[in-house]
Amino acid sequence: MMKQLLEFEKPIINLKEKIAELKSLTKDSELDLTDEISTLEKRLQLLEDDIYGNLKPWDRVQMARHQERPTTLDYINALFTNFIEMHGDRLFGDDAAIVSGVAYYKDEPVTVIGHQRGKDTKENIRRNFGMPHPEGYRKALRHMKQAEKFNRPIICFIDTKGAYPGKAAEERGQSEAIARNLMEMAGLTVPIICIVIGEGGSGGALGLGVGDQIHMLENSTYSVISPEGAAALLWKDAGLAQRAAETMMITSYDLKKLGIIDEIIPEPRGGAHRDVKLQGENIKKVLDQSLELLRKYSTDELLEKRWEKYKQIGEYSMLEN
Amino acid sequence: MLKDFFGKKSKKRKYASIPSEHSKLDVPEGLMQKCTGCYKIYYRKEMQKNLNVCPNCGKHHQLKAWERIDSLFDENTFQEWDKQLISINPLGFPEYENKLEKDREKTGINEAVVTGKGLIEGNITAFAVMDASFRMGSMGSVVGEKIARAIERAKDESLPFIIFTASGGARMQEGVLSLMQMTKTSVAIERFSKAQGLMISVMTHPTTGGVSASFASLGDYNFAEPAALIGFAGRRIIEQTIREKLPEDFQTSEFLLKHGQLDKVVHRHEMKELLKTLIEMHQKGGRK
Repeated sequence: MMKQLLEFEKPIINLKEKIAELKSLTKDSELDLTDEISTLEKRLQLLEDDIYGNLKPWDRVQMARHQERPTTLDYINALFTNFIEMHGDRLFGDDAAIVSGVAYYKDEPVTVIGHQRGKDTKENIRRNFGMPHPEGYRKALRHMKQAEKFNRPIICFIDTKGAYPGKAAEERGQSEAIARNLMEMAGLTVPIICIVIGEGGSGGALGLGVGDQIHMLENSTYSVISPEGAAALLWKDAGLAQRAAETMMITSYDLKKLGIIDEIIPEPRGGAHRDVKLQGENIKKVLDQSLELLRKYSTDELLEKRWEKYKQIGEYSMLEN
Repeated sequence: MLKDFFGKKSKKRKYASIPSEHSKLDVPEGLMQKCTGCYKIYYRKEMQKNLNVCPNCGKHHQLKAWERIDSLFDENTFQEWDKQLISINPLGFPEYENKLEKDREKTGINEAVVTGKGLIEGNITAFAVMDASFRMGSMGSVVGEKIARAIERAKDESLPFIIFTASGGARMQEGVLSLMQMTKTSVAIERFSKAQGLMISVMTHPTTGGVSASFASLGDYNFAEPAALIGFAGRRIIEQTIREKLPEDFQTSEFLLKHGQLDKVVHRHEMKELLKTLIEMHQKGGRK
């Protein structure tokens, strides 16, 4: 399958094509190019190290949006067994931009919820590009309450450009749906683990994002507004998105530095889409650690620590006098 | 378009108007105020006495934080909290410090929210009021922190908590730290609510984005002033997304009331009485 090409990957692809060309040349003739090929392959190695080892914020934005980047359902397949999707918010409808249900993680029943975008146009239309309406958040909340009732941990996958900015969404109370989730999640008596797998877009991400532990895949982003939106708003020029991506501190490394997330989950070289299985294993490691840690807490401790986690986020100073 | 042509031309004035000495004496700056609803001109004092509600068309003009406090609290009873908290520039955002400094000078307050406690008709209550003239009332670390602290204090001192919101949403210049203030304030409200604290939210013009999607929507009672703009996403973004014109009253208080998103739309002149009644109602009876 032809992979979607990202701008910064072009030198790698060019070199790979050149190597392939030389290889096919040697196959058809008596020329011996073994040395040349091995030199080029070494160079490719170095080039890949250099490019993938020094990804800029804007490169990661593209990685996070990569068409083939694994989605919530991919990770549900990779990490859980017996997943049963449960539909509907019991108030208005079923939002396909959020999937939610019960499953086993190893031997333990859990509730799994996540934003779900499509990988092609058709599925994206059905799933509204992973941008939820209020009924999506309300469905999620219904399932979280159920998890609390049956004392199951909750695992949330975050992957959205944002909550859908539409007329119907406003009419049905997009603000209220997100706000309610923030408040209710704060008080749930079961462990909540949130993992940003792609784009963490503003309030729409946050609506599934209040947890005891928050992790980010290495090349995912989490931000108050898209780089394009920030550039348009602040500098009146959406073309300055690259600069905005650098200024806004939106990568996993930035969020770790700001003290907002717990762990950065490493990705295979070239991004999660290169090896979903390996990516799943990397998530598993962190998930195991989180679950083991959170299981030790009493309900009171869990809630107290959740409050303390959020209480300390923010930077300011004090005027003297 | 012909209209655009005229619009552009009228903006390009090649001369500057300098008020004559005479006119300066006649109309000291800020003496008069034109209502942006009905275009009638009033003495500013007259308008202020009417709590910035136009005596003619009833349009509710914005109130500054301290004007709001004066309009609700018994004289000299309001005690401010955390006044000394000020914003820094955690992302190193260009120009941010300058803008903060300018707004501090312009508004006389240190951040976009004032918190504290005082008496409303003799009833003690914790209070927060946002001021849209400071960075559009946007929420950064300090706004979130002050509100969360006020809620915690209300919990510890068993006071009701009333908040008047006016905000464009999260503050871009503090990036994801601003976003997380939505969570911080919401977690604080959850704790307060569990302790059976009474929270009243009054949304004023404008209450949008991250503020409407967090504490503004989380009162036990959610009210709004008439014709306030309240919503999650910006009107322009929605119009671009769905490619259709939105109704005139879209995202107004009345629109929200009609769609079941508000308890009541309350005229500014009736606000104090309503708050007093509700606070008193929650001090009697019930299961304590």
